Amino acid sequence: MSAMTGLGLPEAGPPRFEGLDAVRTGLAGVGYLADESISGVVYLADRLAKPVLVEGPAGTGKTQLAKSVAELTGARLIRLQCYEGLDESKALYEWNYRKQLLRIQAGEHGKGETEGPSWQELEEDIFSEDFLLTRPLLEAIRATEPVVLLVDEVDRVELETEALLLEILSEYQVSIPELGTVRATQLPMVFLTSNNTRELSEALKRRCLYLHIDYPDLEREREIVKAKVPGIGEELADQVARIVRSLRTLELRKAPSVSETLDWARTLVLLGVQTIDAAGAKDTLHILLKYQADIERATKELLSASSA
Amino acid sequence: MLDLLSGFVTELRRSGLPVSLTEHLDAAEAVRHIPLEDRDGLKYALAATLVKSSSHWTAFETAFEVFFAVRSGAGAAAEEGEEGDQGEDESAQAGREGPRGEGRGWKGGGAGEGMTPEELAELLFKSLVSADTAMMNAVARNAVERYAGMEPGRPVGGTYYLYRTLRNLDLDAVMERLMAQAREGASGGSLTDLEERLAADEYKARIEKFRRAVETEIRRRLVEDRGAEALARSVRKPLPEDIDVMHATRDELATLHRVLHPLSRKLAVRLARKRRHGRKGPLDFRATVRRSLSTGGVPVEPRFRHPRPAKPEIFVIADISGSVASFARFTLHLVYAISSQFSKVRSFVFVDGIDEVTRFFEGVVDPAEAVARINTEADVIWVDGHSDYGHALTEFHRRWGDQVTSRSSIMVLGDARNNYHASQSWVLEDLQARARHVFWLNPEPRDYWGSGDSIVGEYGIHCDDVVECRTLRQLEHFVGNLA
Repeated sequence: MSAMTGLGLPEAGPPRFEGLDAVRTGLAGVGYLADESISGVVYLADRLAKPVLVEGPAGTGKTQLAKSVAELTGARLIRLQCYEGLDESKALYEWNYRKQLLRIQAGEHGKGETEGPSWQELEEDIFSEDFLLTRPLLEAIRATEPVVLLVDEVDRVELETEALLLEILSEYQVSIPELGTVRATQLPMVFLTSNNTRELSEALKRRCLYLHIDYPDLEREREIVKAKVPGIGEELADQVARIVRSLRTLELRKAPSVSETLDWARTLVLLGVQTIDAAGAKDTLHILLKYQADIERATKELLSASSA
Repeated sequence: MLDLLSGFVTELRRSGLPVSLTEHLDAAEAVRHIPLEDRDGLKYALAATLVKSSSHWTAFETAFEVFFAVRSGAGAAAEEGEEGDQGEDESAQAGREGPRGEGRGWKGGGAGEGMTPEELAELLFKSLVSADTAMMNAVARNAVERYAGMEPGRPVGGTYYLYRTLRNLDLDAVMERLMAQAREGASGGSLTDLEERLAADEYKARIEKFRRAVETEIRRRLVEDRGAEALARSVRKPLPEDIDVMHATRDELATLHRVLHPLSRKLAVRLARKRRHGRKGPLDFRATVRRSLSTGGVPVEPRFRHPRPAKPEIFVIADISGSVASFARFTLHLVYAISSQFSKVRSFVFVDGIDEVTRFFEGVVDPAEAVARINTEADVIWVDGHSDYGHALTEFHRRWGDQVTSRSSIMVLGDARNNYHASQSWVLEDLQARARHVFWLNPEPRDYWGSGDSIVGEYGIHCDDVVECRTLRQLEHFVGNLA
């Protein structure tokens, strides 16, 4: 399966999806309502054997996309949460020093009866796979079953650490000096998410397909609300989606995200609200908006008396 | 197809998008997996492989509309006509059910002939009420046919045609009518404020959609007329980072405002990181010796002090007259957005008088608000409201000059067009002697410096650096180096 072409580029395995529509209906089947661009890029990612870099505002379902694709393809999700200071030993692999030490000591103890192992043997022994602690990236490469690798919030690592990812992203392999190169036995689907707090390096971007997930449009948001909030009425879902859209057109510090919309819709259902009026909206607005200044502004613009 | 793709990639590069060879190859590969008749699929496939930043999306979309409109236009014109008719059939039924059941009159008008302007307006209104995309497109086609008055062979980008078409349709009146109808339809004859607002937003979105349909239609006709590459040249727009701030149109300014916030946030993150990491402080001798005791007095591991780079104090002195004003506003916005990287930021604005505006920024979360207040509240007019750098600088020197210390950096923003007043450049000379740095940011292209009443040269000799700062990219670069 991991046949390499002359250029050393990985070839795509058998297709995971039958076509564009299959991706879309499949994702909808696991509760993720994709629009055309999302399903298109997921389909291409599989066909081209390329990682997907997903960018967009917080709370628009970037991480959820990877989870849903994993669920859809029946693959295991391996997640690497990035943070400042993440390094090789946390992301790729690490030698198990304690176990190596024990092995050496065990060798010395054995010396009494028989000849202990020579240094060469010992070295080969302690730098073998038994003593390797795999971290998410290596794990994804070595897995024999299908996996989806999610590198979450990749913009949080330093620019230098990004380079760690390059080999695995373009060639699906990891080089370990003591062991040689570990190639993927199956090509994992890779998703990287970024909240865009800094520019990612050109090298990283070039290796990925780029997908920008923005806030959904009115129809899609309404569908999402209906799918994710059980017991919500048609009318209420429509109102929720419309109010949220209007809120997003205001200049707020933090526009309401999809997950906040869902929280709000759930709250309204729990409260037994059938239709939203201004007073009801005002009382529950703090679920949608997280800054006092935003709440005041929204109240002023949307809910209080304005010139007709 | 490959030729078309190459042309498209070349066009993207001309618009300033960094498209590498690998990405080009990826795009070619991706296209193979997309059924060719699926235009949206093609668009997303190309976007995913060629565009790697959301701020480049607009440029990509424009180029895509131009390059790939030809196919859908020429090949599918007949088919499109049918589609339009079908759409109208459906909406005709919808129309009959509605309050105004005069669906018959315009039913045969798919091709645009034999329709009075009133009928067209009525049709537009109905398509907007029912949010019927096919019908909107049909109306857009007819409207362009009728009103745009397109002349073949003219090397234009179509903005004027768009304007002409929309003026004739009078979308504001349509909006009024839509709102009036929404009010009538509501229970009790009037809408609550919330409903009113929601309805307005809904119709605004639909009208915007229609406007886009018109734009697409115009572009399609232009491509048919002159070919994709020629048109691409006319409609090419600079990327947001490269827009010339001084000559930006209102739309462009809005774009700039949108990108400014993420830009400043990114800059702040980058600077904060730079401060935390990177530079090591000087050797901490005591700690090194103490540490060496555990290794028998051999200083194996040297210890360093934590670096504490001094944060500069910033004085921003900005000209806010006329066309320079928008530039000054952007700079102030950016400087305040990263003000945590400076020990102190003080800002002054002038035209011919000067006023301190630091107070507007105190306790304000969003710099944009404060910047907006400056325009209305700052006291900057001394005599006639024409720039007088000489007087403004002298005044600055008199009132605040003694507060400039060796820790202060001074940024002067302006084009140094002094209306032939006295330059008083001795002020800058004195400030430069006292301050750490004096920078002059000029939003004019370097070629224009010193022409006419520009005396930037006279001031420049007393500045550490005079920087051309016309675009957000240049501005970000400068401010990033400052901190």
